[in-house]
Amino acid sequence: MAKVSMTVNGKAASGEAEGRMLLSSFLREELGLTGTHVGCDTSQCGACVVHVDGKAVKACTMLAMEAEGSEVSTIEGQANADGSLNVIQQAFQDHHGLQCGFCTPGMVMSAAALLKDNPKPSEAEIRHYLEGNLCRCTGYHNIVKAIMAASGQDVSSIAAE
Amino acid sequence: MPKDNGIGASPKRREDVRFLTGAGNYTDDINVHGQAHVHFLRADVAHATINSIDTSAAEAMPGVVKIFTGADFAEVGGIPCGWGVTDRHGNPQQEPRHPIIADGTIRHVGEIVAAVVADTPEQARDAAEAIELDLGDKPAVVDMAAALGEGSTKVHEDLTSNLCYDWVFGNDDDAAVQAAFDSAAHVTTLELVNNRLVANPMEPRVAIGEYSRGTDEYTLHTTSQNPHVIRLLMCAFVLGLPEHKVRVVAPDVGGGFGSKIFHYAEEAFCTHAAKACGRAVKWTSTRSEAFISDAHGRDHVTKIELALDADNNFTALRTNTLANMGAYLSTFSTSVPSYLHGTLMAGNYKTPVIQVNVKTVFTNTVPVDAYRGAGRPEATFQLERVIDKAARELGADPIALRRQNFISEFPYETPVALTYDTGDYVATMDKLEAVADVAGFAARRAASEAKGRLRGFGVNCYIEACGIAPSNIVGMLGARAGLYDAATVRVNATGTISVFVGAHSHGQGHETSFPQVVADMIGIDESMVDIVHGDTGRVPFGMGTYGSRSIAVCGSAMVRATEKIIAKAKKIAAHLMEASDADIELKDGQFTVAGTDKSVAWGDVTLTAYVPHNYPLEELEPGLEETAFYDPANFTYPSGAYACEVEVDPDTGKVSIERFSAADDFGNIINPMIVDGQVHGGLGQGIGQALLENAAYDADGQLLSASFMDYAMPRADDVPFYQVDHSCQTPCTHNPLGVKGCGEAGAIGSPPAVVNAVIDALQSGGKDVTHIDMPLSPARVWAAMNG
Repeated sequence: MAKVSMTVNGKAASGEAEGRMLLSSFLREELGLTGTHVGCDTSQCGACVVHVDGKAVKACTMLAMEAEGSEVSTIEGQANADGSLNVIQQAFQDHHGLQCGFCTPGMVMSAAALLKDNPKPSEAEIRHYLEGNLCRCTGYHNIVKAIMAASGQDVSSIAAE
Repeated sequence: MPKDNGIGASPKRREDVRFLTGAGNYTDDINVHGQAHVHFLRADVAHATINSIDTSAAEAMPGVVKIFTGADFAEVGGIPCGWGVTDRHGNPQQEPRHPIIADGTIRHVGEIVAAVVADTPEQARDAAEAIELDLGDKPAVVDMAAALGEGSTKVHEDLTSNLCYDWVFGNDDDAAVQAAFDSAAHVTTLELVNNRLVANPMEPRVAIGEYSRGTDEYTLHTTSQNPHVIRLLMCAFVLGLPEHKVRVVAPDVGGGFGSKIFHYAEEAFCTHAAKACGRAVKWTSTRSEAFISDAHGRDHVTKIELALDADNNFTALRTNTLANMGAYLSTFSTSVPSYLHGTLMAGNYKTPVIQVNVKTVFTNTVPVDAYRGAGRPEATFQLERVIDKAARELGADPIALRRQNFISEFPYETPVALTYDTGDYVATMDKLEAVADVAGFAARRAASEAKGRLRGFGVNCYIEACGIAPSNIVGMLGARAGLYDAATVRVNATGTISVFVGAHSHGQGHETSFPQVVADMIGIDESMVDIVHGDTGRVPFGMGTYGSRSIAVCGSAMVRATEKIIAKAKKIAAHLMEASDADIELKDGQFTVAGTDKSVAWGDVTLTAYVPHNYPLEELEPGLEETAFYDPANFTYPSGAYACEVEVDPDTGKVSIERFSAADDFGNIINPMIVDGQVHGGLGQGIGQALLENAAYDADGQLLSASFMDYAMPRADDVPFYQVDHSCQTPCTHNPLGVKGCGEAGAIGSPPAVVNAVIDALQSGGKDVTHIDMPLSPARVWAAMNG
């Protein structure tokens, strides 16, 4: 076991980690940040996406020790300072972009990374970008719609509420 | 104008805030002080005798608390099957013991062979690797037809064969059915496979067992769709525990789709082990474990024949299916290919003679049980595929052939035991033709062809039977459970309300939609109403959420309980206003005396109920809390018509979904936003089945597609935006809300539309292809085109 320190959602955080401990486990078990979810063991599902030094990373693909000294942000740090939902989170609620909520943290974190690089993505670009994020509930319709809405695009012509 | 409150409105989901901020409370988020962790050593062969298990080295490993093998559970009951099907000869289904830990024989890859409880998950896993197994390999039984053949190896030596049951439904007079086919002008025959699927909710299963020596009470936190069912099965059949000493909690659950209905060995294990180890025991499934331990779905092999007269009227239908049970009978496994499948074979059509034969088969594979739709997708797929094939053989328009044979008068008693109360299949087809822009298809096809693609249009109809009931009928058919649900409406002194419901929400949005109903009935703001679900220690005995039953069954219980509340509140209001309770009216949260200007507010009445100073105590109990159990008189019958347009790349066989349109009749709708979302999700899974997903076993019983790297889950760029419409509404006639249920429709109604569309595309390109088995992968489509 070794001590690992990083900045998480703007605050200094440290905990004990075995060499084999994944960043996803470190966040969940050492720091109690259980919003980062683990939906697979092959780095396919994307429920564990967080940002490490500004880049979207599947937290199950990285050892906790590799994040030593990094700036990590997770779903718990996404809301506005007053606690209200940020633009992406609000768009997911407004457009029913989540059902069971399990994939949602990874979807929101991926969407944030996408919009940072591509502020007005097309439908096709969003769908392609979400290749690494699986959702079993929504059929993706309202997730794609929510991300388009979060980027300020008019989604009123897309079918359904 | 869309409503902004109450029934028919689409308020934003209140549960979303916690899910969007990482504040959900899923089972794996829970950690109990002092908990140990279990790692299950699972079989890596499909069929073997366990000659010996040596755990001595493992027991000496760091952190190991205790190691369990089958011997530790020899005195414990097996996992029960919840439905006993009687075969065509009047005999009961063959029902093997389903042990918690393999008891001398391994029968599928993934079966638990030993369980290591240790201080940490890593220690448990490390120690499991040190367990020495001496196995005697046996031939694996994988193919269903071979499993029924003479001399096949038996999955269970103590059974007479690998046949679970041979069941006939509908018209059981073989000669009469044959006569109907002999007199037909045309018979269309289709052999097909309904591919085996893995439900794969994004949250893997988790169980945490706790035991308190002080009170002799157990708590099981588990990822379940129906905690009361788990408690009953585990207590009464497996562990022999008194139910009142066991609390089962299913907190936020990350999707289920059927796979979290069933009572699983890991739940009973953690509960049992908590007492045996003297500490809480937690298990978190990996995805790799989920693939080989969650019950699978579908896996039918079918031959269906449709007879038509010279005017293209359907005159008879005969279908023969082999349905895979896997190695053991999961909780509702035997009901799926029988009563949830055979009863649906009439579909939307007035076919006078129907015979359904299903043989269920044991194989050395993971148990198979309900997956979104459960039997109904299997029925719909074969029916809607054979109709499409018949239309092509006859040169008939597929839509016109369906319309011609629609059931048009309700109630309608089918030859397969159901009585449809309402529906309007012409209206949903009319709506579909508009939503799908059938008129514009020719131009879209021309545009696709201009870029070298084949374009196809496929349509299908579906009927669903939701809210399985009533209990006395399903009991006669073999159900070993009641199928009611329950709700308790607890009004607080200040007028806020907690509704304790037996249904469980794991994506369906009950926390938002259920309060809409209660608030609407009373005329108060929805924010004054919360629901409580998922905890046997808090909610009345309910059957949980599956089979699109929540609003139709539990919602009806909630309405009945609220009606009792209103009736009592009116008596209190009458007393306060010195009027007759028959004259009291309730509107917008105000009680008034008809024909007067007297009124009291909801909050005045609720306060009076709990502070009964001015109160008719001699006639009325204080308090305001009511419970109702609701047992439906019938199933509900959602229906609809779906259309798919595909492009096929003739060079690669790749299929892309260009449009998908759905016109559904769900009866009355509580929250249109949520209903649309349910349809979207079902469509995603149905398209996944049609194009991508397949749980493939090799001849040795190894699951080849056992991770997300090998099992093709639908991704965002595999599907389009869907056009969905639910404006056709024929309300259910026998429940108080007129609702039908919407959770499974998308998964039931979409696979045949996709396949019909691909066949249409290939035929438009001059390819003589009449069927391709799902999933329609590029390799399969290319092979069919070039075969």
